Amino acid sequence: MSEHAKMPADEETTDEETAADSEQAPVTTGAQSVVRALENAGAEYIFGVQGGAIMPVYDALYDSAELNHVTMAHEQGASHAADAYGIVSGSPGVCFATSGPGATNLVTGIADANMDSDPMIALTGQVPTEFVGNDAFQETDTVGITQPVTKESYFAASPNTVGDDVGEAFALADAGRQGPTLVDLPKDVTQGEADREPDAPKTPDTYEVQEEADDEDVQEAAEALAAADRPVILSGGGVIKADASSALREFAMEYEIPVITTMPGIGSFPEDHELSLEWAGMHGTGYANMAISNTDCLLAIGTRFDDRLTGGVDSFAPDAEVIHIDIDPAEISKNIYADYPLIGDARKVLRQLFDAMPSVPDVDEWREQCQTWKDEYPMTYDTPDDEPLKPQYVVETFSDATPDDTIVCTGVGQHQMWASQFWEYTEPRTWVSSHGLGTMGYGVPAAIGAKLAAPDQEVVCFDGDGSFLMTVQGLSVAVREQLDITYVVLNNEAVGMVRQWQDGFYEGRRMASEYPWIPQFDKLAEAFGARGFRLEAQENVEETIKAAREYDGPSVIDAHIDPGENVFPMVPSGGDNGKFALQEDHLEEL
Amino acid sequence: MQPTGRRNSQGIRIDPEAEVTHEPRQAVLSTLVKHKPGVLSEVSALFSRRQFNIESLTVGPTVDDDTARMTILIEEPEPGIDQAKKQLRKLVPVIEVTELDPTALRRELALIKVAGEKPDDVNAVAEMYDGQAVDASTDSVTVEITGSKQKIDAAVEAFKQFDVQEVVRTGAAALERGPDTLEKHD
Repeated sequence: MSEHAKMPADEETTDEETAADSEQAPVTTGAQSVVRALENAGAEYIFGVQGGAIMPVYDALYDSAELNHVTMAHEQGASHAADAYGIVSGSPGVCFATSGPGATNLVTGIADANMDSDPMIALTGQVPTEFVGNDAFQETDTVGITQPVTKESYFAASPNTVGDDVGEAFALADAGRQGPTLVDLPKDVTQGEADREPDAPKTPDTYEVQEEADDEDVQEAAEALAAADRPVILSGGGVIKADASSALREFAMEYEIPVITTMPGIGSFPEDHELSLEWAGMHGTGYANMAISNTDCLLAIGTRFDDRLTGGVDSFAPDAEVIHIDIDPAEISKNIYADYPLIGDARKVLRQLFDAMPSVPDVDEWREQCQTWKDEYPMTYDTPDDEPLKPQYVVETFSDATPDDTIVCTGVGQHQMWASQFWEYTEPRTWVSSHGLGTMGYGVPAAIGAKLAAPDQEVVCFDGDGSFLMTVQGLSVAVREQLDITYVVLNNEAVGMVRQWQDGFYEGRRMASEYPWIPQFDKLAEAFGARGFRLEAQENVEETIKAAREYDGPSVIDAHIDPGENVFPMVPSGGDNGKFALQEDHLEEL
Repeated sequence: MQPTGRRNSQGIRIDPEAEVTHEPRQAVLSTLVKHKPGVLSEVSALFSRRQFNIESLTVGPTVDDDTARMTILIEEPEPGIDQAKKQLRKLVPVIEVTELDPTALRRELALIKVAGEKPDDVNAVAEMYDGQAVDASTDSVTVEITGSKQKIDAAVEAFKQFDVQEVVRTGAAALERGPDTLEKHD
C-alpha cells in the first residue's frame, strides 16, 4: 500500500488549477463559495443529512460536478463516515448537517475524531444571523457546543468570506496534528450574494507546526537509545497519520529494536514480523505489556499515553528513559514525563533519528527475553466441541481468508478487542476504530466512509450486537450506495464488555447489560435489502464467510457466539501493565 | 525479570530515595489573542475542562485593534503550568503566550464601599494605601485602591473596621519590567 497523497498544500496552487477555476461558473452566493472552497481543497465525498438551515448549501451542491454527496440515515453516522474516510484516505472527511438537532447529532462523531486526531471538517447550517440568540426554531449554539471537541469552530460572518472560513477549516483539520474543525453557516450568509472566489485553503496565521526536531536533542536521544539494554519502540496513531510507517519499519529493522503499537497504531508495523510484539495496554498482548514494563528505553512516537495504554502511571515503564516524538508539544510530558522530547513530524524525526544513531544497540539478550514472553503468554483460545462458537475463531478465520490490505472497521466493546487481537494487521490505514472516545455504534457508518475512501480494498466490519443496534439504520445507506461491505455481528446478546466488568468487579450483578430481546440480525439485514447470514456452528464459519464475501453488496453475518467468552489478557483499570489476568479467575489475584 | 522503578502521579520517573513533588506556584500568563467574539469563552473553557486552577483573568484591548491581551493568573504545580501554556498556545485565536517573570509589574484595582459614618477615618486609611475616596453619600463612602494583590488584600482587611458593604476587584494586569514586549507574530 502506498503512502497516501495529501491534499494540495496552500502554496501549490498551480496554473492548471487557476485555469480550471476560470472555466467554473463564478461564485455568486455564500453557499456557492462554500462548495467552491471544498472543491479547491480536494474534497471528494460529503456525508450528510439535509435540513432547513443548510438547504442553501445543498442547493449549491446540486451544480457541483466534483463533490459526491452520500445521504446518511442519521447525522451521527455522517460524522463517523467522514471520520473513517479521513482515517483511510489521510485527508479530511467532510460532513454536513442542519442546525439544531442536525448539529448536535454530529457532536459524537466530532468528539470521536478529536480524541483520535482524525482529520474531518463539519459544516452545519445555522439560523439566520438576525435570529441568533433568540432561541429560534432549530437554533443551538453549535460553536459553543463543539469548541471543546474541535481544533477550532468557526462562525461564518459574511457571504464573501465564508469560503475562506471553509478553506481555512479544511486546511487546519489536515495540518500538524490532524483533527476535526467545524464551520457554522447562518442561512443569511449562505443565501447572501457574494462577488469573489474563496482564497486557496490555508491554515490560520497563528497556527505554527514544528516539522523537525532540534538536531542536538535528536543526537542525545539517539545516544540514549543506542546505549540501552532493553529498548522498545511504542508506535502510536501519529505514525500512521504522518505516513511514517515505512520510516518506522526501516528504523526498527535496521536497529533491530522490538516494536509495540498502541491500538490506534495498529498497522504501523507488520504484526507478522519477528520484531513485532503487537499492541500493549488493558487488553494488549502479555508480551507487549511485559516488554513495556521492563524496558529501560522507550521510544514513543505519536502517542498521547492514554490511560488504557499506560494503566496506572506509577507502574508504567518504570525503569525507562522516555524518548517522545510528537508533533503536538502539548503531548510532551502531559501524562508521562519525556526525558528526551522530540517535537516534529514523526516521519521526519524518525529519519533524523535514523541518521543520528551512533550504533546498533546490543540487545540480543533482550530480544530473546521478548521471544520468551511470546512463548510464555501466547494469544490462544480453546475451541472445545461441546461449547458454542468462539468469537476469536471467527475473526482469525476471516483474517486468514482475506488479502493483507483488507480494511477492518469495528464498533466498541468486546468484539473490538477480539478484532484487534486475532486479526493480523500488516498495513497502515487498515484498522479503523473508535479508540479515545470509545463510541459504540461507530462501526456501521465507519465502514461506509472507509469503503468509499478505498473502493478497491475489501472492507469488513466487526460489530457487537449492542454496538450494531445503535447505528443499524446506516445499512440503508450501504444498500443504496451498493457498497460491498461484510458486517460481522459477534452476537452474545449482551453489552459484553460491561457484563465482563460486572462479573469481574461488581460481583456478577448484571444490571442493564444483557439483551435477551435482541432482533435477528440476518433478517433485519434482508429487510434493509442487504444479504443476511446466521452463523452458529464452528464448522460453518468458513463457508459463511466465503458466501458473504462473494455477495456483491453489503452483507451481515449474525454470528451467535459463546456468551460466556470474555476478553483476555486484561490489566485492570489503573493497574500495572506487568500484572495482567489471562483468564477470569486471575483477576482476583491482581 | 522485575522492574524496580516507579513514577509519580505526574508520570515522572522518581528515585525512591529522593521523591520529587512539585508544590503549586503562581504564574502570570500574559497572552496575546485575536480580538474577536468567542475568544474569552474559548480560553476560560480550556481552563475549566482541563482543571487548571485559575486565580484571575483580565482581558482588554491593546494598541493594535486586532489583538487583545489576557492576563491570566494560575496556581499549579510545575508540570501543570507548562501544560497550561502549551494548551493555551494550541488555541487557534491565541497569538502568543508568555509567563511573566516573578518581578513583573502587577497591578490590581479595587473599589471598596463602606458605611459613611466616619468619612475622615475612611480617608485616613485610604491615604495609607495610596487610595482615595471617589464617591460619597450620607450613608456610604467608596474608595479606590490600586496596587499589588497583597496590598489590596491588606487594604480590604483594614477597611473592615468601617463595615464593608461591597468590594469589587479587577484581577491583575501585568507587564514585564524593562524593554521586553510580547511581539505580535506576523
